[in-house]
Amino acid sequence: MSTRVGGRRLTPYLLVGPGVAWLGVFFLVPLWNLFVMSLSTKRSRYDFDPAFRWDWSNYGDVFGAYGTQLGRSFLFAGVATLACLVIGYPMAYWVVVHGGRFRAALVGLVIVPFFTSFLLRTISWTVLLADESVIVRALRATGVLAVLRTVGWIDGDRLLDTPVAVVGGLTYNFLPFMVLPLYVSLERIDLRLLDACGDLYASGWSAFRRVVLPLSLPGVFAGSLLTFIPATGDFVNAYFLGGTSSRMIGNVVQDRFLVQLDQPGAAAISFLLMAVITVAVLVYARVLGTEELTS
Amino acid sequence: MTGSWGRRIVGLAALGGFVLLFAPIVVIVAFSFNEPAGRYNLVWQRFTMENWLHPFEREELTAAVLFSLRIAGAASLVAGVLGTLVALALVRHRFRGGALVDLLLVLPLTTPEIVMGSSLALLFLDLGVDRGPLTILLAHSMFCLSFVALTVKARLRGIDWTLEDAAMDLGAPPWRTFRTVTFPMVVPGVVAAMLLSFSLSMDDVIITFFVSGDGDANFPKYVYGSFQRELAPQVHVLSTALLVLSLGLLALSVVWQRRRATLSPGRV
Repeated sequence: MSTRVGGRRLTPYLLVGPGVAWLGVFFLVPLWNLFVMSLSTKRSRYDFDPAFRWDWSNYGDVFGAYGTQLGRSFLFAGVATLACLVIGYPMAYWVVVHGGRFRAALVGLVIVPFFTSFLLRTISWTVLLADESVIVRALRATGVLAVLRTVGWIDGDRLLDTPVAVVGGLTYNFLPFMVLPLYVSLERIDLRLLDACGDLYASGWSAFRRVVLPLSLPGVFAGSLLTFIPATGDFVNAYFLGGTSSRMIGNVVQDRFLVQLDQPGAAAISFLLMAVITVAVLVYARVLGTEELTS
Repeated sequence: MTGSWGRRIVGLAALGGFVLLFAPIVVIVAFSFNEPAGRYNLVWQRFTMENWLHPFEREELTAAVLFSLRIAGAASLVAGVLGTLVALALVRHRFRGGALVDLLLVLPLTTPEIVMGSSLALLFLDLGVDRGPLTILLAHSMFCLSFVALTVKARLRGIDWTLEDAAMDLGAPPWRTFRTVTFPMVVPGVVAAMLLSFSLSMDDVIITFFVSGDGDANFPKYVYGSFQRELAPQVHVLSTALLVLSLGLLALSVVWQRRRATLSPGRV
């Protein structure tokens, strides 16, 4: 930070000005409008200027009507986030510890899927999970489908159009968002710490649990948020991979807003979603934070 | 996890993760060579070069891809400029409100796209702006701006800014200092961030759904919409081509950065 004199004090404001204005106009103002809309009433379907009247009933209405989808979204997103963590952690850990000089290239591989269409990748899962595909036949033969059926996650003898396929799609699509922050936080750890643990006769597992895991918690937190939040609002995976019984809140908002033209209702659902996410994030931060203190 | 069993399990799990990431991409590439039996290119029939010989046969699809490329180019340019300025201010200056700006940058990343999409649709409705290419561009540049500012900021933190002072001490005027010292140091990070923006914009469905008019479709919106009627193999062909193209660009930028690094004054 070099010290600047006189007129230079204005420089940072001139630099951030345009960007902040952009985010203000296209992010903050619309959010405020959406909030006002969520408290408004439409006189008819084609009333394009709904009257604002502190109408909290929208919230009650949509919660009553779409509570199931809202709960389902958080359940699906939560399970997908957990799955991303379970799959992504070993990936990031392995790249950091064994990547050597190929580390950067290996992390680059995680981003490669971004260069093909998200939609087409999701559609490709319908090929991979088709009823007679190699994967589904293998799962059928090994009895995994039977187990899933017993647990009640699928009804018939197939994976497509089930919650399992939707959660799988979400897990797949948001996995890079989990791996990248995990990688960043693991990369910062001095690997010699592991040798030190070994010298002090710590087993591999306890070295991981007591040294590596606590140090990587910021990555776990960031990765979970970047996975969980977009996953809750997603409607693409539910549309392509799920059946009518796995519709998520994103599908509802899309339908309410663009098809039913019920903007106040859609706005109320959006804010309900935001509110629950905020609470979930705060609770999560609290849990991870206290864990960090005790270990 | 240093035990040999632990190591093997971690290695296998990591391998599994990478296989998972690439499985659908293998499907996309393979199906670009498929000769579909019906209107949906979803069941493997037989190998053909036909699709690759006629990649632009679906005019609507080609138009959608070109539309996407234009929007992504413009959005990453706008986001690149505005985002870099914000990042420069945050890294080079300490000022009142800096922390608030940081928070403002993170918020769009922690807001579900469905919320941003519906709120933007409402904004354009309120303002009486017809939804079309312009509104799509504005929306995309908004969420790309956050990504650019945050990635460039992270890159700028690693730069040795005393080089600037050194140039000035050696008598270089400000503009020359900027052109020969600052700009070359900043540019690789900006280019990487803009590439990321480009792919984010190319890929966006959810926000685009809300801010586009009925007539205009970017690549993902076209695929989504046409899926009720068909899934042409040309979709796979163009996707594969775009993948190869962006990997090529990425490789080029890596080579270019390496060359820059070896040419930089610090190494000579």
